[in-house]
Amino acid sequence: MLSVQNLTKSFVSPEGGTVAIVDVRDFALGTGEQLALRGESGSGKTTFLHLIAGILAADGGSVRIDGVEMTALSEPRRDRLRAEKLGYIFQTFNLLQGYTVLENVLLGMSFGPRGADRRHAREILARVGLGHRLNHFPHQLSTGQQQRVAVARALSNHPKLVLADEPTGNLDRKHARDALLLIREVCREQGAALLFVSHDEEALAQFEVRRDFAEVNQATREAGR
Amino acid sequence: MTLPLIVYRSLRQHALSTLITAAGIALASGLLMCVWMVKTQSQAAFTQTTTGFDAVLGARGSKLQLVLNAIFHLEASPGNISAADAEAIRRHPMVKSAIPIAVGDNLRGFRLVGTVPELFTQVELAPGRKFALQPGGRFFVPEAKEGVAGSFAAQRLGLKVGDIFRPFHGLSFDPRAEHADEFVVTGILAPTNTPMDRVVWIPLRGLQTLGGHDPKAATDVSAVLIQLRAPTGGFMLDTMYNKQGNRLTFAYPVGAIVAELFSKIAWFDRVLALVAYLVALVAAGSVLASIYNSMSARRRDLAILRALGARRRTIFGAVLAEAACIGALGAVVGFAVYGGLFYGVAHLIRAQTGVVLEVGAGHPVLWICPLAMVLMCALGGVVPALKAYRTPVAETLAPLS
Repeated sequence: MLSVQNLTKSFVSPEGGTVAIVDVRDFALGTGEQLALRGESGSGKTTFLHLIAGILAADGGSVRIDGVEMTALSEPRRDRLRAEKLGYIFQTFNLLQGYTVLENVLLGMSFGPRGADRRHAREILARVGLGHRLNHFPHQLSTGQQQRVAVARALSNHPKLVLADEPTGNLDRKHARDALLLIREVCREQGAALLFVSHDEEALAQFEVRRDFAEVNQATREAGR
Repeated sequence: MTLPLIVYRSLRQHALSTLITAAGIALASGLLMCVWMVKTQSQAAFTQTTTGFDAVLGARGSKLQLVLNAIFHLEASPGNISAADAEAIRRHPMVKSAIPIAVGDNLRGFRLVGTVPELFTQVELAPGRKFALQPGGRFFVPEAKEGVAGSFAAQRLGLKVGDIFRPFHGLSFDPRAEHADEFVVTGILAPTNTPMDRVVWIPLRGLQTLGGHDPKAATDVSAVLIQLRAPTGGFMLDTMYNKQGNRLTFAYPVGAIVAELFSKIAWFDRVLALVAYLVALVAAGSVLASIYNSMSARRRDLAILRALGARRRTIFGAVLAEAACIGALGAVVGFAVYGGLFYGVAHLIRAQTGVVLEVGAGHPVLWICPLAMVLMCALGGVVPALKAYRTPVAETLAPLS
């Protein structure tokens, strides 16, 4: 499902030097697999997810998603691939505050090949327990409910791969556990692979398969982050 | 559904600035349409308002003054002409009809014009269209102290058949200058939508012999309104009176003389149009400023949309469509502004001159102007749309971890 080879990304530091953030030689995730990556803040894991999602362009290397080489695509085609095959759950949820719950989910589907499917959006919102909150705005929901909207949005376009970047970081212990259970369950139901990154040991402990990002990312190791 | 939803939500999120900007555009659009329509309609109305006459004969002076005085019942009379001159032109073989008029008095600010009954019975305001009376009235008898009121004057003065009135001396109303003579209203004219609606008509003899008027000028008239048998007659009489003679002025053709007035005040039109164009430009600039200034607040939403798979061109299009929507909203409201302004101006022009402008009349400017406003606003949206297009997704969404 996901195959990463020799993926590199550097940024220019304020001093003018180049700082390598991501240097991943070999990383893979199979169809329907769920993997937790442990990484401290500043280790480059968000950049790694952005590179996989095509939000950032890599300096070099390869990212293959469902057989398609992401790095070889033009930006519009990367956008399309992201809309078609990926679901992204952000730590801060990144819900569109001016849109209703239903509209947030519909927009998650709009840019993919299937387009906005109102019935499916309602179904998936009902699945995450928000069937009665369709016309509410994010600010009218609790933090846990907002997280569930973010989960519903990420899974609304039938993604092959879900990237979850510290999705429980803003939740208390109980809500974090519930949210993680929900993410994992819904991914399983839809047959989507899940790449979960976090520094929260309790959350990571819920995964059968875990890896340290420092092992995966040469740049983290070399920088001692 | 995606683009309309994004545009709609963005407009809702910035409702106040949207409404203020749209109001500016509405004002600009309404003003532009109003200036244009008043200009074209008043020009057409004034140049076509001949009240059925081809020419005017009057005292030596300005042709424009003569026409304004005799046809539009504005301005002072350039002077009188003798009954003999009036009779001479009436008998001219190229003249179909010649209606003498005498002015110089008013009824509480509305002109009192002395004339002959043939004006109402023989003259056609337009082909096949003669003067008509409102029910219950009749035209005056030449020798009687009677009067017929134009529809607008009757309405404003509250005149009805059977009422008695006393004229006031002079063209401007002075309550101390009341004549002792009394006239009876015998009829109210049906609206003609011409300056004649603002006049109270009495017999020529009645006006000439009003108490206080110079008895030596009791047979003089102010002007003679003329219908020609053929246009060639107009050129012949023009030569005879204006080039060969030096006592009288023959104003022909009436429409062309009024058109001269508009060419003299064309600079005013241009100033008005320039002001309206500037207002439109400022309105388009306000769209640019309004959306551009809110870009910081929108960056995160745009980055989220991009992360969800929206292409740069979708984002660009959404901002452009939003600007165009603000323009469209302004253009729609602009019709209300236009309607209100035009109605007010038309009312004023009718009250002052009797010339009627049609509020509901169509003109290409009524679709060109709103469309141009929408396009200008869309153009104003290009700069913020480019900014939106360049929104860096990763940078905006989250700091590097």
